[in-house]
Amino acid sequence: MSSDVMAIQTAEAAGRPWVQTLHAWVTTVDHKRLGILYIFYALVFLGIAGIEAIVMRIQLMHAHNDFVSPQVFNRMFTMHGTTMIFFVVMPVLFGFANYLVPLMIGARDMAFPRLNAFSFWLTALGGILLYFSFVGGSGLYGAGNAPDVGWWAYAPLTSRAFSPGHSTDYWTVALLVSGFGSIGTGVNLIATILSMRCPGMKLSRMPLLAWLTLVMSGLVLISLTPLSAAQLMLLVDRYLGGHFFDTQAGGSATLWMHFFWIFGHPEVYILVIPAFAFASEIIPVFSRKPIFGYPVMVGATVCIGFVSMSVWAHHMFTIGMNSSANAFFVLTTMVIAVPTGIKIFNWLGTMWGGKIQFKTPMLFCIGFLFQFLIAGLTGIMLGAAPFNWQLSGSYFVVAHFHYMIVGAILFCVFAAFYYWFPKMTGRMLNESLGKLHFWLFVIGFHLTFDFMHIPGVLGMPRRIYTYEPGRGWDTLNLIVTIGSFIQGIATLVFVANMVLSYFQGAKAGNDPWDAWTLEWSVSSPPPAYNFASIPTVASRRPLWDRKHPEDPDSHYD
Amino acid sequence: MVVSILILSMGRRQTDEQTLSGPGLLKLTTRGEKEAQSAMAEKHKAEWRVVLGRAMGIVVLLTGILFAAGLCAATPKPDNPIPSIFEPQSTPADSILHLSRFVLSITALIFLVVAALLTYAVAKFRGKAADAQREPAQVYGSTQIELAWTVIPILIVVVLFLATARVIHAIQDAPKPAAALEVAVIGHQFWWEFRYPALGIVTANELHIPVSDPAHPTPTFLKLLSADTDHSFWVPQLAGKTDLIPNRVNEMWMDPHRTGVFLGQCAQYCGTQHAKMLLQVSVESPEDFEAWVRAQKQPVNQNETEIAGKRVFETTACLNCHAVAGTNATGHFGPDLSHLMSRHTIAAGAAENTKENLRLWIQNPDAIKPGALMPAMQLTDADLEVLVRYLETLQ
Repeated sequence: MSSDVMAIQTAEAAGRPWVQTLHAWVTTVDHKRLGILYIFYALVFLGIAGIEAIVMRIQLMHAHNDFVSPQVFNRMFTMHGTTMIFFVVMPVLFGFANYLVPLMIGARDMAFPRLNAFSFWLTALGGILLYFSFVGGSGLYGAGNAPDVGWWAYAPLTSRAFSPGHSTDYWTVALLVSGFGSIGTGVNLIATILSMRCPGMKLSRMPLLAWLTLVMSGLVLISLTPLSAAQLMLLVDRYLGGHFFDTQAGGSATLWMHFFWIFGHPEVYILVIPAFAFASEIIPVFSRKPIFGYPVMVGATVCIGFVSMSVWAHHMFTIGMNSSANAFFVLTTMVIAVPTGIKIFNWLGTMWGGKIQFKTPMLFCIGFLFQFLIAGLTGIMLGAAPFNWQLSGSYFVVAHFHYMIVGAILFCVFAAFYYWFPKMTGRMLNESLGKLHFWLFVIGFHLTFDFMHIPGVLGMPRRIYTYEPGRGWDTLNLIVTIGSFIQGIATLVFVANMVLSYFQGAKAGNDPWDAWTLEWSVSSPPPAYNFASIPTVASRRPLWDRKHPEDPDSHYD
Repeated sequence: MVVSILILSMGRRQTDEQTLSGPGLLKLTTRGEKEAQSAMAEKHKAEWRVVLGRAMGIVVLLTGILFAAGLCAATPKPDNPIPSIFEPQSTPADSILHLSRFVLSITALIFLVVAALLTYAVAKFRGKAADAQREPAQVYGSTQIELAWTVIPILIVVVLFLATARVIHAIQDAPKPAAALEVAVIGHQFWWEFRYPALGIVTANELHIPVSDPAHPTPTFLKLLSADTDHSFWVPQLAGKTDLIPNRVNEMWMDPHRTGVFLGQCAQYCGTQHAKMLLQVSVESPEDFEAWVRAQKQPVNQNETEIAGKRVFETTACLNCHAVAGTNATGHFGPDLSHLMSRHTIAAGAAENTKENLRLWIQNPDAIKPGALMPAMQLTDADLEVLVRYLETLQ
């Protein structure tokens, strides 16, 4: 039946002018199309923010380089950070969540399809506003002045005395607008997961991806709201004579820090929990075993969600809090290592005794496990406040969080691309190009981010456009730059793979990985209504039950 | 932990190594095809071993380099210009390093154990092409094992927390001895102001403090303030960093154990020239420090040999921002120039304090430090010449 529908759709598409196709995409409320829009949007910004990173790396290649001016460099790191967090990683994760959650829980769409479209277009507007600042935002150095206050935008650098003109306003409004979009998506995902599950899918039978998305969406609601509040307060400061953060009129710079990091730290988990979700779906399938310790995985995630809201001030160990406050945040920060460790061990337990297939998605997941381990351990170092007094604000921190965001999150996102691209397009991504992409990226990644730790312990602060020669930083920075180029090349291989495979890839069929969750029970790509008849499930792995009627999971559920 | 994983079998159920695609799949292929297939599979497998082995090699090597570099940095070299946190010369930096070593060894141990387990799992449990049709035993979990890998990390966290809390207390709550020297550090875009209230000295960018003899400690306590945006005072060999935040008074201390010049710089993004907000601390013997204090307290050279230059200084915008003791110039936006020539650098360490650099800095600060708040003075050559000569008398 679904293949008939596909045939009709294809025939329609062939005869349709491109304007109508475009119109259909722009006005769509289909969760799958919106998911793909999110992902496409994120890929465009990944390219832009990647170029910004390369500009910075060229500038830092050797001491006293003058490839770009300090003004341009400061814009580059501000835009790189803001873009990567808000307009690459968040949209790509929302995109996958949008696409996958209804399919995995046996629903025909999200709970609020129109809110879904509205949220996407708000996010899209946010990114466009941010980049419009390059041409429209006047500032200290004249027109065409992108924000240059850093992605935390610490007060009072954002006050009008230090950031005249409108570049900072574009930053503020962009985050405010896209923040509302994120909140909308968060509400939508929670409502979908809680109320749209197919018959038989109890909460305890949901795929882990749905569980983790639920926790992530809760964190979105809790942490994006203070960020939006802070952005509004900043606008009041800048235009309505408020003095929340305006230190020259008695405002508080630390108040902004608290607002920003009470968003900023849960944000890290908003980004990494979906990455865990991908790993928790992909590792079992390619190990040919169910996830080890499902209830503990869910519990650990919920625990991470709660604890992550009490750790924000570990970004502020150097602001001169008293010793008791510092000790408190050391404790909460270190406690989070426990549920995180449980997760790593459970993935290990999943692979243990399995029959691991080293397909590209699994390779990226294995890379993720090692790199996430290291990122977690450097996180413990940073969590020990006195050690943090040395490391914070240095290149060690930059290396640490890139290990998390690139080494863990981006690796899982790549894994997700290789794993679900066949579902989304009906074509397999090329395995050889995929493996080339993986190995190039691993090499580039380790050259860049392993070596980036060292200048940090040798006293190199972050956010400097140039540095003095003779401090032992030169060679290391050159290696880091070389690594960043290799990562760039690897990303081009990835893009080439997607383009080639989209047109010429092998046909995927419904279930190319012999997987167990509901999205693989429908055609690739799925029809607009997802399921011709809503499925009924009796265990966590409905497709396992269908493939193994003699020994279904439901016997043990 | 390895042992606990070996008892995995406790919680598992057997699915009898099921065959997925029914019997007879292999029978359908001819003998020759089958051999070719298995040969290819073997070759593929061998290739994979090599590739994976190499990858592991790379990862291990890189991690090794990381730690080795850390260790190299830890071997002390005299007069090393590298501001490494592994070469502490003062009690706070020293106790941080002790804690850091402890944290590093625990995390290294965790890394070795977990990475070894991961590597073992990846190497050992590879699917073989020969029995690709069979599913492995379906294991859903094991309460005992999961309990083990929850309790052990909790114990590690408790130990780490107690060790950390002790060092926090030791550094932050250290009492201030009566012999301590007090200095107010005021962060500016993009330079450092140092005020010694008890001594009546004001200087910039190069902090002078006495060495502290452990028998009679004379530590230096810094009061950290900011005149504009956030900054952070970081001299890695002397202490961890502490931020300078407007409307807030922070404090830090250091008691250098040996004399020498220690380098650092601003570690909190403060605006366009954050990169060239450099910092140096001269740790001096008590005698040298006394001599420096005496020199700083000397009245400014008033012998009027460079009266023309002084006039330029007092009749142009210079005096709006800079102070020279004993003259009409009392500005406070820029560094106090009363004893300018006692400093080795200008522009917060961006350039050496030479005649040529002074000229360049006055005429075109952007050439040295683009984005600095010092304006280009647009003086005639003659005025510039006499002005620099006047500045050179400010010993």
